[in-house]
Amino acid sequence: MTAPFHKSLRNHALALVTLLALAAAPFLGFGDGFALSLLARAMILGMAAVSLSLLVGGAGLVSLGHAATMGIGAYAVVAFDAAGISEGLIVFPAAIAAAAVYALMTGAVSLRTSGVHFIMITLAFGQMAFFITSSFSSLGGDDGYTLYARTEWLGSRILDNRLIFHFLCLGLLALVWVGGTLLLGSRFGRVLRAARENPQRALAVGFQPYPYRLVAYVMAGAVGGLSGALLANATEFVSPALLSWTRSGELLFMVILGGVGQLGGAILGALAIVLLEETLSHLLVYWRLVFGPLLVLSVLFLPDGLIGAPLRLRAAFRFASPKRRNADA
Amino acid sequence: MPDPLLELHGLSKNFGALTVTSDVSLTVLPGEIHAIIGPNGAGKTTLIHQISGTLRPDRGTIRFAGQDVTALPFERRARLGLARSFQITSIVPGFTALENVALAVQARSGSSFRFLRPVAGEAALNDEARAALDTVGLGQVADRTAATLSHGEKRQLELAIAIAMNPRLLLLDEPLAGAGPEETERLIGILRDLRSRYGILLVEHDMQAVFALADRISVLVYGRVIVTGTVDEIRGHPEVRTAYLGEDALA
Repeated sequence: MTAPFHKSLRNHALALVTLLALAAAPFLGFGDGFALSLLARAMILGMAAVSLSLLVGGAGLVSLGHAATMGIGAYAVVAFDAAGISEGLIVFPAAIAAAAVYALMTGAVSLRTSGVHFIMITLAFGQMAFFITSSFSSLGGDDGYTLYARTEWLGSRILDNRLIFHFLCLGLLALVWVGGTLLLGSRFGRVLRAARENPQRALAVGFQPYPYRLVAYVMAGAVGGLSGALLANATEFVSPALLSWTRSGELLFMVILGGVGQLGGAILGALAIVLLEETLSHLLVYWRLVFGPLLVLSVLFLPDGLIGAPLRLRAAFRFASPKRRNADA
Repeated sequence: MPDPLLELHGLSKNFGALTVTSDVSLTVLPGEIHAIIGPNGAGKTTLIHQISGTLRPDRGTIRFAGQDVTALPFERRARLGLARSFQITSIVPGFTALENVALAVQARSGSSFRFLRPVAGEAALNDEARAALDTVGLGQVADRTAATLSHGEKRQLELAIAIAMNPRLLLLDEPLAGAGPEETERLIGILRDLRSRYGILLVEHDMQAVFALADRISVLVYGRVIVTGTVDEIRGHPEVRTAYLGEDALA
């Protein structure tokens, strides 16, 4: 984020190209129901991953309970559905607010810890949310809840149109990404970044990191809630599995695979994992045997994540061909 | 005599049975460099911790600019104008030199709960930050990442950050630690220029620097101030000779 402007533009370029590809996908042979629902899932998880990346890469807060905010957003949708309310102008703000309140309450406690303790306490809160949703017998308990219908907007069922839903997810993903990137470059973001790298220095110039971290945590939670509400609509089914800690781990992996240095990395990471999972599970029965090692290799050989791969490849290429290096000089 | 900027009264701190600060009382006047010297383990850094607010004293009071700050946390004291440098350089390594200093300017100019406008383009912050960098002679490396600066440059950067806080008092914990002869020379020059603008409490091992800079010197031994006086008084004091300086340092 502190890289020179032209360099950061180049890094943003990869995320931009990905978003453009997602916009073009429905018209390039990925317009069938199966492909669109797969891409919607990737974009929605990408949104949650970007918000987690804001915490991990931006503020240095490694949360292992981020799926809880998604789950709360999704459960807000089904709770309203059970009450016979499916108006988006009510459901979506409520889903976002519920997740934000959860983040505020758990963050107020969690952020008093750091390092491994922060990871464990966010995990503990996530598990609490998981078991609470499992005990909602009116919302299906362990078995989950099937939505009667997707959320309406002013009484119209536009979300049933897969193409509209695709572009809604894409637009919100882009918005979250741009908003988060601006946030990290703002005054607020500078305090977050300084406190991540050297909290003592932040204190020494007069910044107590806690309120800044809490606000960031609530914002990330709100985005998590939004993505959860979208996911409930995408799958039309919600179960406690959505809040399981393995889901939080998966989000964290998307962030790391994509690259923690740039928020756009989380988009690439989410897309890569969702598509890879899908492809491998069709090709092989024991696909996880291949999936696991692939992830290990990517962490070993792409320490800057997918978003840092082009620069890394370029550097390797230059190293391998001195002629070109001379030509550049 | 002007009102003291900083006034310590009966400050004491124990770690279990170990007394690290014992009934320390001293003052720093505006525009004065008050140096604290003493052998290793005398409790100099512990004293700095208590003054800056990173450690709470067991007994005693700390008054800063007429206000009792004994119970205030570190960052609140910083906002009151108490700027501290660290014995081990403490900067934000991934920020540029300019951004390190601009962070300090930002802390005292308006709210930092602003979420969208790019802070890197805020001219008011950058101009003041550049001025502070120029003061310590780092103007040319403003856009370098702080991690890539030399050790001496990092010490200078830390001074620039302290200056950019627009403080009333500088608490400098061994600002010359690890600096080579040339860098030491430059840093002493910078500190000499700063003395007219701030009160300075200086903890330093380099005796030549202390004698060249200090208006008053306090000698700390086993957590206790055994004597406070001018440079000449300290040089000639028999207890100081035996406790700390040794014969050759006075030659």
